[in-house]
Amino acid sequence: MGRVVVDVMPKPEILDPQGKAVARALPRLGIEGFTSVRQGKRFELEVEGPVTEAVLAAAREAATTMLSNPVIEDVVRVAEDTGVVA
Amino acid sequence: MTKVGVVTFPGTLDDRDAARAVRLAGATAVSLWHADADLHGVDAVVLPGGFSYGDYLRAGAISRFAPVMTSIVEAAGKGLPVLGICNGFQVLTEAHLLPGSMIKNDHLHFICREQALTVENNRTAWTGDFAVGDTVTVPLKNQDGQYVADADTLERLEGEGRVVFRYREVNPNGSRHDIAGITNEAGNVVGLMPHPEHAVEAGFGPDGAKGPRTGTDGLRFFTSVLHALV
Repeated sequence: MGRVVVDVMPKPEILDPQGKAVARALPRLGIEGFTSVRQGKRFELEVEGPVTEAVLAAAREAATTMLSNPVIEDVVRVAEDTGVVA
Repeated sequence: MTKVGVVTFPGTLDDRDAARAVRLAGATAVSLWHADADLHGVDAVVLPGGFSYGDYLRAGAISRFAPVMTSIVEAAGKGLPVLGICNGFQVLTEAHLLPGSMIKNDHLHFICREQALTVENNRTAWTGDFAVGDTVTVPLKNQDGQYVADADTLERLEGEGRVVFRYREVNPNGSRHDIAGITNEAGNVVGLMPHPEHAVEAGFGPDGAKGPRTGTDGLRFFTSVLHALV
């Protein structure tokens, strides 16, 4: 089973009210030093077989047509999920 | 008699009120179902408010791919009058019938209030019964009501007179240029966040000049389209 990850973020010039609210709340937990927080979306698209170039192409199409709205959001990543966490 | 379609998506809330507004204006309301591509010969369409598909993904994002929307986009291109209210406005932007988009209110709270608007354009299919500069008071209730668009789009909307309504006195959600509603180039498609269909009958609307809950400013949206279709 393969998995493709699509990351979508609000465009830099669009105010992100949710991210701002998170940024304001962090100091209440004693977590200091983060000057900005922006909140985006992560989609995980699974397929039966391996992640082929055709699967990635379909994921890219899904990312630009439905998973994001180009007026307010950017697709920042469409990639196979290798399970490695940074 | 003129037939005005009212679309119901899963999660639509205000379809009954919109149909009632259509009838009070003197037209026949026709229910249109999201999964049915047939527009049943209607002369105009209202996309009502609510939380279609639970606002999942983005408000209006999934509704935009419903079979009925394919037919509406095609018919709107040929001049069919279409009014999108609140979630319906969000659907129209997702369907690219209107530019820009709505994001969360700048203060992050759900708002519900009687909102005064200024009429900026009375040449659309839905605003012919108003005069430019009129004040219209109708309910406003939403979470994702902040209208945004890039600078070029805003400049074009302003330059072409396509801002139809602006918030008056107070900007309730951070919308760019106080924009409450806009139209397409042809003037047949109008979207706005406030709810005219909740201000069509004395006793149930906002406070008006004649006393509490007497406001019926919203009715003129629906009479306008009937006059535009004659």
